Amino acid sequence: MKDLNLLFPEIFISISIMFLLLLGVYKKKSSNIVYNLSIVSLVITLFLNFNNFNFTEIYLFINSYKIDYLSIFMKFLIIISGIFVMLSSSKYLKINKIYQIEYPILLLSSMLGMMIMISSNDLIVFYMGLELQSLALYVLAAFNRNNQLSSESGLKYFILSALSSGLLLYGCSLIYGFSGSTNFDIISLSISKVQYGLTLGIVFILVGLAFKISAVPFHMWAPDVYQGSPTSVTIFFAILPKIAALCVFIRFLYVPFINMIDQWQIIIIFLSIASMVFGSVAAIGQKNLKRLMAYSSISHMGFALAGLSVGTNDGIQSAVSYISIYLLMNLAFFSCMFMMRKNNKYFESIDDLSGLSKNHPLLSLSLLIVLFSLAGIPPLAGFFAKFYIFLSVIENEMYYLAVIGLLSTVIAAFYYIRIIKTIYFDEAKINFDLNHNIGLKISLFVSTFIILMYFIYPNLLLNIVSRIIII
Amino acid sequence: MNFPIISSLILLPLIGSIFLFFIKPSEKNNSVKYVALFITIANFILSIYLWLIFDKDTSEFQFVENREWMLGFINYKVGIDGISILFVILTTFITPLCVISVNSTIKYRLKEFLLSILIMESLMIGVFCALDLVIFYLFFEGGLIPMFLIIGIWGGSRRVYSAFKFFLFTLLGSVLMLIAIISIYWLSGTTDVEQLYVLGIDQKYQKLLWLAFFSSFAVKTPMWPVHTWLPDAHVEAPTAGSVMLAAILLKMAGYGFVRFSVGLFPLASEYFVPLVYVLSVIAIIYTSLVALMQEDMKKLIAYSSVAHMGFVTLGIFTMTKQGIEGSIFQMISHGLVSAALFFSVGVIYERKNSRLIKNYGGLVSIIPKYAIVLMIFTLGAVGLPGTTGFVGEFLILLGVFQKNIIVAFVATLGVVLSAAYMLWMYRRVIFGKIQNKDLLGMPDLSKSEMLVLWILALPIIFYGFYPEPLFKTIDISVSQFLELYDFNIEKYLVENK
Repeated sequence: MKDLNLLFPEIFISISIMFLLLLGVYKKKSSNIVYNLSIVSLVITLFLNFNNFNFTEIYLFINSYKIDYLSIFMKFLIIISGIFVMLSSSKYLKINKIYQIEYPILLLSSMLGMMIMISSNDLIVFYMGLELQSLALYVLAAFNRNNQLSSESGLKYFILSALSSGLLLYGCSLIYGFSGSTNFDIISLSISKVQYGLTLGIVFILVGLAFKISAVPFHMWAPDVYQGSPTSVTIFFAILPKIAALCVFIRFLYVPFINMIDQWQIIIIFLSIASMVFGSVAAIGQKNLKRLMAYSSISHMGFALAGLSVGTNDGIQSAVSYISIYLLMNLAFFSCMFMMRKNNKYFESIDDLSGLSKNHPLLSLSLLIVLFSLAGIPPLAGFFAKFYIFLSVIENEMYYLAVIGLLSTVIAAFYYIRIIKTIYFDEAKINFDLNHNIGLKISLFVSTFIILMYFIYPNLLLNIVSRIIII
Repeated sequence: MNFPIISSLILLPLIGSIFLFFIKPSEKNNSVKYVALFITIANFILSIYLWLIFDKDTSEFQFVENREWMLGFINYKVGIDGISILFVILTTFITPLCVISVNSTIKYRLKEFLLSILIMESLMIGVFCALDLVIFYLFFEGGLIPMFLIIGIWGGSRRVYSAFKFFLFTLLGSVLMLIAIISIYWLSGTTDVEQLYVLGIDQKYQKLLWLAFFSSFAVKTPMWPVHTWLPDAHVEAPTAGSVMLAAILLKMAGYGFVRFSVGLFPLASEYFVPLVYVLSVIAIIYTSLVALMQEDMKKLIAYSSVAHMGFVTLGIFTMTKQGIEGSIFQMISHGLVSAALFFSVGVIYERKNSRLIKNYGGLVSIIPKYAIVLMIFTLGAVGLPGTTGFVGEFLILLGVFQKNIIVAFVATLGVVLSAAYMLWMYRRVIFGKIQNKDLLGMPDLSKSEMLVLWILALPIIFYGFYPEPLFKTIDISVSQFLELYDFNIEKYLVENK
C-alpha cells in the first residue's frame, strides 16, 4: 500500500483520463470543460509529483519501477511543459476545428506513458510506457483528419515508429536472452564479459531510442511529421517525447550498461556528430518554419547526445540542463508561431514573418531573443546550455566533438539569423491579429523572460541538475 | 566592499535601455534621444571620476568586484588597471557623441537604434573590465547582437550581406576561443585572469590555445586575410554604427591581444611573433595600397583602419615597453581619429547622399568650416607630429626597430602610404575646381555637428602635444606586465637548459 502512495501522480493522471473520457462522452459539447479540467489535473499532478520529493532512491514493484531525483525532475519538466503546451494551443485548436474531447485525453495518456518511461527500471515497463506514449502520438499527429498533410504525417509516423519499436523489442529480447533478466539492476550484475549478443541488443535499443528523439540517421520522419501535424501537436512533438527519451537514454545506458561504455560510446558519438552537422546543414534550405524547427531540433538533440556520450555524471547533468533550456526555447518559439494568425488562418512560412518588427515590436523582440538563444549567442540561455555541454565534453578531452559541435553552431547561426533578417530587415507584409488568449501570452512571456534573464542567476538550474547522480 | 563603480558603469546603460524601452517615441520631441544622451553623459562623467580616483602608481587591478556567479567555479569578476581604463573612457566618450549625431543620420526607428547603442556600450565596457575569461567571452560575443542589428536595420543597400558576413566571421572566430577558454578551465582549474597570470598555463598546450584565441582576435582586429568583413560592414553601417565599430569594437581585439594572448601565453606569443609580424606588415602595406584605390570615402577609411590596426598588432608583439604603450596609445588615437573621420564623411553623405570621392571637389570654398576640421582629422590619420596619431606610430616603430629592422623599415613605408591615400583623398574632396554644380549652396556644419567634431578634435590635438597624462596612466601597468612576461620567458629558458 505504501508503494501505491508513491505512485500517486501516475494514478491520479490515469483516473482523470478515465473520468474525463466518461465526462466527454456523456455530456454534450463538453470539449471546453474537458480541456480545462485536464489542465487542472496536470497542475494537481505537478503538486503530487513534488509530494514524493526526497533525495533517496525508491524502488517499487520488485525493482521494476524507480523513483529518484532524476525521475522527479524529468516528470516535472514533462508536466510543466504539458501545461504550457495546452495553455498556449487552445485557441489554435478552436480555430482549426479540432477542439474535441479526445485531444486533451490523448495528450494526457501520452504524458502518462512518458512518466512511466521515465521511472522504468525494467525493459518491459519501459516498453509499455513507450508504446502508450507512441500510440497516443500516432493519433495526435493525424488529428486534423480533414487535412491531407496531417493524415499523411500520422501514417508516416505510425509506420516508421512501429518499425523502430519492433527493432527495440528485438533488442530487448536479445538482452533478456543473454543476461537472463529484464531488470536493469540484474542485467548490470550479470554482465561479466563483453558478449556480442548484448552489444547487438544495445544497438537495436539505441536505434529505437534514436528514432524517438529523431537523431540522424533515424530522423527521416521528423520534418514531415512536424510540418504535417497541427502546430499544437508539433510543439508537443518537439518537446515532450524528447525529454522522456533522453531520460530513458540515461537510465538505459548508465545503469545496466555502464561497464560496456566502450561498446556504446562510439555509437552515441556518431549519432551526436551526425545530428549536429546534418541538422544544421539541412535546415539552411527550409522555408517552412515548422520544418526548419524539425531540423533545428535534430541538431539540438545532437548536442544533448554529445553530453550523454561523455560517460560521466557531469555529462548527464549537462544533457539534462540542455534539454531543460531547449524546452524553454521551443516553447517560446512555438508560442510565437501561434501568434502568426490573421483572419483565422495561421501562417507558417518564413516569408510571412517579413517586416514583422514594424507592426509587432514585442512579438519580434521575443522572436529575436529566442532565435539568438537557439543559435547559442551569449548572454542568452541557449549559450549556457551549449556551454555546459562543452564543459563536460572538453573535461574528458573529446576535443574533436567540441570543435565539430561548435562549428555546426556557426552553420546553424546562419539560418537563425536569416529569420531575424526577415523579421527586422525586410519590408512589412502581413499584419497579424492581436487578440490572443491569455494562456498563450503567459507562456510566451514566461519562457522568453527566463531565456533573457537566465544569465543573472545560472545557479538555479545548476543546483537542481547537480543533484542528479546516476553513476 | 566599496561602492561597485565598475558594475555601475556596466549596468547604467543597460538600465537606461530598459527605461528607454518603455518610453513612447513621438515625432515632435526627441525625448528618447535626450534620455539616451543623459544616460551616456552620466556614464562618461562616472568614468572620468573613475579616472580621477584611479591610483596611477600601482599595477594592481583596482576597484575589483568579485561575486559568485556560477556553481562556485566561475565568478563575476571585474576590475581595471592602467591598460583597460583608457578603453573604458574611450567607450564612454564616443557613445554620447554617437547619440548626438543620430539626429540627422537615423531616419527611422530611432528608439530601437538608441537601445542598441546603449546595450552595445554596456557590453563594450564589460569587455574591457572583465577579469574572468568566461565573463569576458559573454560580453565579447554579446556585442554581436546589437551590432548585427545596427548594420542590418539601418545600413545601406547591401546591408544584409554585410551584416551576415560580420556576424558569421566573428562568430566563427569566437567559438574556437570558447573551446580554448573551457580547456583552460580544465587545465588550470580557474578562468580568473589574475590567478592565471600567477599560475601560468601548461606550456604544452600554449600554442594551440594561443591559436584559438588568435583566431577570434584576428577576425575582430581585423588582421589581413580575415579583414574582408570590415569594409563591407563599415560602408553599410549608419554613421553612428561605423563609429562604434571603428572606435570601440575593433579595440576589443587589440585589448584582448595584450591582456590575454600575450598575458596568458607568453611562450606561445614569443613563438608566434614572426607570424604576427608578417600578417601585420602585409596588412599595413596591402590595405594601404587598397585604400589608395578606393573611390568610396567610407571604404577608404575602413581600409585605413585595417592598416592602423596592423600597426597596433605589430607594436603589441614587439613585447617592448615602447611598442605596447605605443599600441595602446595608437588604439586610443585611432578610436578618436577614425570616429571623427566617419562623422565627417557622415556630414557630407547626409547632405548629398553620396560617399564617392569623384562627386565632390572644391568643398573648401563652399563649406570652409568643414574643410578645417577634416584637415585636422586627416592629419591625425596620417600621423603628423602634433596629433595623437604621430605619438602612437612613432612609439610603435621605435619598439619594432629594437627587435627587427627589416620589419620596421617596411612598416615605415606604411606611414608614407597612409599619408598618400589620406592626403590624396583630402585634396580630391576639398580642393580643386567645383566640378559638380549640385554642391553649390551646400550648408556648412550645423551646431550639433560642430560640437561633435570639435569635441573629437580637441583631444586629438591636446594629447598629440601633451601625451603625458595618458602615458602616466598606463605606464606602471605595462611595465609590470612586461616584467611578468620576461620572467616567464626566462623561467622557461632556465628550465629547458
